[in-house]
Amino acid sequence: MAHKRREMLIDPLVDNNPITLQVLGICSALAVTSSLQVAFVMAIAVTLVTAFASLFISMIRSQIPGSIRIIVQMVIIASLVILVDQVLKAFAYEISKTLSVFVGLIITNCIVMGRAEAFAMKNGPIDSFIDGVGNGLGYGLILMLVGVIRELFGSGSLFGITILETVNNGGWYVPNGMLLLPPSAFFIIGLIIWAFRTWKPGQVEEREYKIQTVEAH
Amino acid sequence: MSDNDLNTNKGPIRRFLDAPADSVGKTVFVAVTLCLVASMIVSAAAVALRPLQEVNALKDKQINILQVAGIYDPNKDVVESFQAFEPRILELETGTFSDAFDVASFDDRAAADDPATSVALDEDPAGIVRQAKFVTVYLLRDDAGAIDKVILPIHGYGLWSTLYGFIALEENGNDIFALQFYDHAETPGLGAEVDNPRWKSLWNGKKLADENGNLQISVTKAVPAAGADYHIDALAGATLTTVGVHNLLNFWMGESGYAPFLANLKAGDI
Repeated sequence: MAHKRREMLIDPLVDNNPITLQVLGICSALAVTSSLQVAFVMAIAVTLVTAFASLFISMIRSQIPGSIRIIVQMVIIASLVILVDQVLKAFAYEISKTLSVFVGLIITNCIVMGRAEAFAMKNGPIDSFIDGVGNGLGYGLILMLVGVIRELFGSGSLFGITILETVNNGGWYVPNGMLLLPPSAFFIIGLIIWAFRTWKPGQVEEREYKIQTVEAH
Repeated sequence: MSDNDLNTNKGPIRRFLDAPADSVGKTVFVAVTLCLVASMIVSAAAVALRPLQEVNALKDKQINILQVAGIYDPNKDVVESFQAFEPRILELETGTFSDAFDVASFDDRAAADDPATSVALDEDPAGIVRQAKFVTVYLLRDDAGAIDKVILPIHGYGLWSTLYGFIALEENGNDIFALQFYDHAETPGLGAEVDNPRWKSLWNGKKLADENGNLQISVTKAVPAAGADYHIDALAGATLTTVGVHNLLNFWMGESGYAPFLANLKAGDI
């Protein structure tokens, strides 16, 4: 059992990563990764929401009527997201200003909903909680990877600390402005997916079509 | 004991919980209970955390006013440092201070939305739709009690968003000390470079109007005929944000903005 739970926690980091394998939660991954600090807070927020949403949904799963189950899940997720937003505004005002609408948009993050529907509705509360933490961390891992690349080469800093002195501030580094724009995250996530699938060929999806070979007559 | 005995031994709650989840009664019950519990938790959190949030928002604004006045010290208490300012309500049209409102409770953004305290703009270069008739300004006095700097709120539309900021002017009402935006959503790396300390430092020492009193200040690529004293270099790669800043500055420093007040300030009537 303990072994299984460990796997549930570690599996979503690489082998079953919500972003690179399931390709979920891309939207917010584009929006919040231009600076590491913001990406880090977002990763924590999503991990907390996914974990607790899975926990609560799993606790009442036998009582949730099938006809309104999606709405029930949404209400629980939305309440948790509002809680996170309120807490951020009270205790980390600066960061909540930069995250702005994206905290609220955790509600629509497919990862949270996906884990609730696919896992928490069928498993016990503790397993669901661990599964939520694992998937949140898997999401966070990719967010941090993308964030490191975008902040380092886009603004020449990491966590706001200058690493490469930019030309604008009298240094030598000409920052790549495109990395600060959302589309760059598409390229980076694409490259990460490529790297993951080269490392673990098992993740490559089977083709939905088959190339026909011309037979010799 | 048989199964039947077990069932009869159960209380009403247990029996209800064991009922199939898909029955109508259960569906209504789950929906109502969940909504009640969720709304109670959310509203409790909102109410409990509101005082902290309001303090944060106020502190953020005060830090920006301190920064634009050049007296921000991160090691000092913000509220205490802020005591250096004398906040006043300014009536834009006459350029004189008004005591019709309480300074502490006056809300500038709410005043701009209220038809009683604002006007809809026909000519609207700053893209703000409605302009408040009254604004909160901050006076910084020197040790002798004479006005040293005035900090005026300004806002206007850039590329994606309305930029909210403050401009600090010297006591002659014409020399710019600093300009800073505290709330905007311009493109990071391009328009958001309005926050770049190097660009902000360009504003120091620039003049609004020439000797004849004509507003000459411009934020453009090329140095205008009036000379470099009235010119702030545009942000590279952020043409529309720059145009927005140029327009909002000219609007707020012009006749529909602070011009009457600045005239009074120059004449020494304030």
